[in-house]
Amino acid sequence: MRYLPLTQSDRDTMLTQIGAQSIDDLFADVPEAARLTGPIRGLPSHATEMAVERHFSALARQNMAASHHPFFLGCGAYKHHVPASVDHLIQRGEFLTAYTPYQPEIAQGTLQMLFEFQTQVARLFGCDVANASMYDGSTACWEAISMAGRITKRSKAVLSSGLHPHYVSVCETMAHFTNDMLDVAKPDFAGADTQRLIDNIDEETSAVVVQYPDILGRIEDMSAIAAKAHEKGALLIAVVTEPVALGAIKSPGEMGADIVVGEGQSIGVGLQFGGPYVGLFACQKKFVRQMPGRLCGETVDAEGKRGFVLTLSTREQHIRREKATSNICTNSGLCALAFSIHMSLLGERGLCDLATLNHARAVQAAQRLNKVPGVRVVNDTFFNEFTLELSKEARPLVRELADRRILGGVSLGRLYPDVNALQNGLVVAVTEIVTDEDIETFADALEELLS
Amino acid sequence: MSRYFTEEHEWIDVDGESATVGITDYAQEQLGDIVFVEVPAAGAEISKGGDAAIIESVKAASDIYAPVSGTITEGNSALEDDPALINSDPESDGWFFRMTLSDESELETLMNETAYKAFVDGL
Amino acid sequence: MSDLNKGGWRPEMTEERRDEQGTFTGNRALMLDEALIFEIGDSETTGVDLADFPQVETRLGGMERDRRIGLPGLSEPEAVRHYTRLSRQNYAIDLGLFPLGSCTMKHNPRLNEKIARMKGFADVHPLQPVETVQGALGVINELAVWLIKLTGMHGVAMTPKAGAHGELCGILCIKAALEARGEDRKVILVPESAHGTNPATAAFAGYVTENIPATPDGRVDLEALKARLGPDIAAVMITNPNTCGLFERDMKAISDAVHAAGGYVYCDGANFNAIVGRVRPGDLGVDAMHINLHKTFSTPHGGGGPGSGPVVLSEALSPFGPIPYTERFGDGHITLVEEETAGDRHPHSIGRMTAFHGQMGMYTRALAYVMSHGADGLKQVAEDAVLNANYLLRSLEDVLDAPFGKSGPCMHEALFSDMGMAEGYSTLDIAKGLIDEGYHPMTVYFPLVVHGAMLVEPTETESKAALDEFIGALRSVAIRAKAGDEALKSAPHFAPRRRLDETLAARKPKLVWPQTELAEAAE
Repeated sequence: MRYLPLTQSDRDTMLTQIGAQSIDDLFADVPEAARLTGPIRGLPSHATEMAVERHFSALARQNMAASHHPFFLGCGAYKHHVPASVDHLIQRGEFLTAYTPYQPEIAQGTLQMLFEFQTQVARLFGCDVANASMYDGSTACWEAISMAGRITKRSKAVLSSGLHPHYVSVCETMAHFTNDMLDVAKPDFAGADTQRLIDNIDEETSAVVVQYPDILGRIEDMSAIAAKAHEKGALLIAVVTEPVALGAIKSPGEMGADIVVGEGQSIGVGLQFGGPYVGLFACQKKFVRQMPGRLCGETVDAEGKRGFVLTLSTREQHIRREKATSNICTNSGLCALAFSIHMSLLGERGLCDLATLNHARAVQAAQRLNKVPGVRVVNDTFFNEFTLELSKEARPLVRELADRRILGGVSLGRLYPDVNALQNGLVVAVTEIVTDEDIETFADALEELLS
Repeated sequence: MSRYFTEEHEWIDVDGESATVGITDYAQEQLGDIVFVEVPAAGAEISKGGDAAIIESVKAASDIYAPVSGTITEGNSALEDDPALINSDPESDGWFFRMTLSDESELETLMNETAYKAFVDGL
Repeated sequence: MSDLNKGGWRPEMTEERRDEQGTFTGNRALMLDEALIFEIGDSETTGVDLADFPQVETRLGGMERDRRIGLPGLSEPEAVRHYTRLSRQNYAIDLGLFPLGSCTMKHNPRLNEKIARMKGFADVHPLQPVETVQGALGVINELAVWLIKLTGMHGVAMTPKAGAHGELCGILCIKAALEARGEDRKVILVPESAHGTNPATAAFAGYVTENIPATPDGRVDLEALKARLGPDIAAVMITNPNTCGLFERDMKAISDAVHAAGGYVYCDGANFNAIVGRVRPGDLGVDAMHINLHKTFSTPHGGGGPGSGPVVLSEALSPFGPIPYTERFGDGHITLVEEETAGDRHPHSIGRMTAFHGQMGMYTRALAYVMSHGADGLKQVAEDAVLNANYLLRSLEDVLDAPFGKSGPCMHEALFSDMGMAEGYSTLDIAKGLIDEGYHPMTVYFPLVVHGAMLVEPTETESKAALDEFIGALRSVAIRAKAGDEALKSAPHFAPRRRLDETLAARKPKLVWPQTELAEAAE
């Protein structure tokens, strides 16, 4: 077996040296009834590298890869061009095969990177501090609600109807068991529910949660929501699922968000069929001790040289155990690295240009698609994603588009199977990877399928 | 004014109905470098044996239990900026909070200085 | 580079002055320091070339950004150099033995990396129509079958994002099962030697935890556990093999007792590597167990993640597993059970644990791993892992105290304590001494039940020669600690950094680089 270095004679020598007759002696503590006599039945035996690769190549061919087709999907996962150097660098063994940096003297690479990442995320979100990443945007969203509960000692959160429905589901799963109350609503083509949020914030409210831009792609000013929340002693949690947008629009922190969480996938990480992704988590400084997750901080070594360590770890499970701020242990370090490298390559200039380019492509696409009979662009405002109301149910249409080798957006029927008013909705994302030809192909196909 | 001690290594200076609470020199030595303290706010009600404050070293977080019941009149805000005070001067400037006692008889269960010294020596 | 030192140094930490033969750069040949991106980059530099953008009338609704962000950019050569230099300050499995107990730092096969990057897996969107992602769903489904068969369980929840997330999923399933029975049990029993995530998870799910006492030979005290069982106990969380590196001999009896009292058995599967292919947790009465794909199944740790924590479930708990999940039909077609169909197909589900379908990139790697080994190879994995650990245990117990060494063989990790070191010397000094010898230290001060614990897990991917060299190094450091070697107190001496001031970091947290650029722009 290519991954096992011990030879049979090594094994024999070692067994003799430790005074065991056979390997079975070392498993003597396993109860008789649970001892297996041979390899588990019903599973294949070992395979060569070539055989394994062939098996996967065959499986991979059954999938329509985004870069091979006109591609317009978003809704929490975005396809951007990731520079080749990003994937090269994250595959360096010293990053890829390192552990959590608990021994800082020999983990400065990971630690400095995390410190840079934290700073990038905090600045992007307009917050004072950010942590070293969470699993993904959806779990970060629940962690933020949970954190707001600790800070305010209240347990009712008001969720915007524009919050990604999977994120709402994750929060509902958790809230059911923690006895938190969630005030939720479904989106409406007529407009965002800013007024509902403002009206529903009361003295019991721990937090109001707003996605920006929202699930339909709309951009709303959150300042009034923040003001009302703060007046009632609640927090504003902003959720950003497409961080590239912040190269073009105001940061949530500027509008008064207390905690900003997000999905960092769109920068550096790639689609990967939903994971691994990277949860972004930032907040204002006064809340830092209630934050979940790992934090990296600057310090000095015994010679006075600058260095970095994991810090404020008394918040975390391995020390605080049942009193920890969260049970989170593993973060998404390598994806955070990919995010950070891509962000360093972009820089402020590159991010702003990328955002401008995305927006311009999206505006062009919206104008073109709006001309298709049976198509109406729902949004007044958007960044690189907008919603179409079609004259037909969108979900079967998406499958018909796929038959024509076009990956034409996310149907709202998939996300909200129980909301009749949304069944003709199609959310279309347009990033820099979309060409003029892609837009024309998409528009022509829509025209045919809707006629 | 008299000073009492608890088995949790807290000291309490009692002056009539009001008291000042902190942790002993022995406790700070056991905890190591203190990096953070959360003291209760004025007005908070605490009851004997319940959580009153949190103290953190780099690798450990401990709850400080209320030695007696009563109402907090003041938390030591100096600790927020300079938690090292607990290491350098635990039994004076490094005090945690001041309170008014609600049940003076609770003091009877606590140790005096001699008893505490003997208690520590026995550890 | 003097401004790098402006934080000052803490005299009480320093035993020796800096080598007087400094260099102009502060570097030492291949040991290269690297400044922060905020010091070397600027906001006008970029390492990407973008297409020209068309002029359009914006639709941003007046929400245009009007302030600087403060994000430095690097050209590609600068970026490649920056991150390459940083990488060289890390220890990694690729560099040497990484004996971190309970973490299973085994070799990460590169075939797995290649496969995870195939366009058909890496470049598909989670919300594409299921007809366009049959191969990706196939990977999830195939891995699910492997996990179920390897553990002898009934079902598996694939989506949890990491071990602790899997724990949470398992505990929520238990809570849902109790709810379905109309019971509101409040307490979860956890051994003192448990990973910190166990009590944290139980608390996060709204449970009170109580400790289970241990026997002197480092295992769960069955009689004490039985005495505590009753109608208030929701579950028992047990790690098996446990964190002392020992197999819980009474596991089946524990499960039977817990079940008889109406509770469920959660098994922390962090240490599954010791028994994979040789023992099936399902045969021991386990109801739920998470599997860290980043441990037993070799997906890379990546400096702290991403992980992946599928949870195998017993027949009793399977109806409560989260959505979405895959179902394969007789004709080979695979469907995804999510919100739309869950109501009919899976009505008792706890709901979603995460957006989308979990850690696809980890599933491809883990499936490539199990296929490469096969059932026969995985059995060999457990055997070699256990053999290597016992070899270390027996080769070191004359110089290091092994608190449970007398109670029989260990499983995949060997536990030592710092008993017998010279006055003032402890586990930390041994750990830092190992760094100078070119190793990552073992897990230190865990489990909490042993004073000055050192938990050593070599894994099966180390050769005998590599083990012998490590044994030599650890022996040498242990002997120095027993002799009170002064130089050990200030180790490491040869790492990119000396011991770091964690007190300063925690007292005056500096978690981000100060935003100077913004301040200047405002002036």
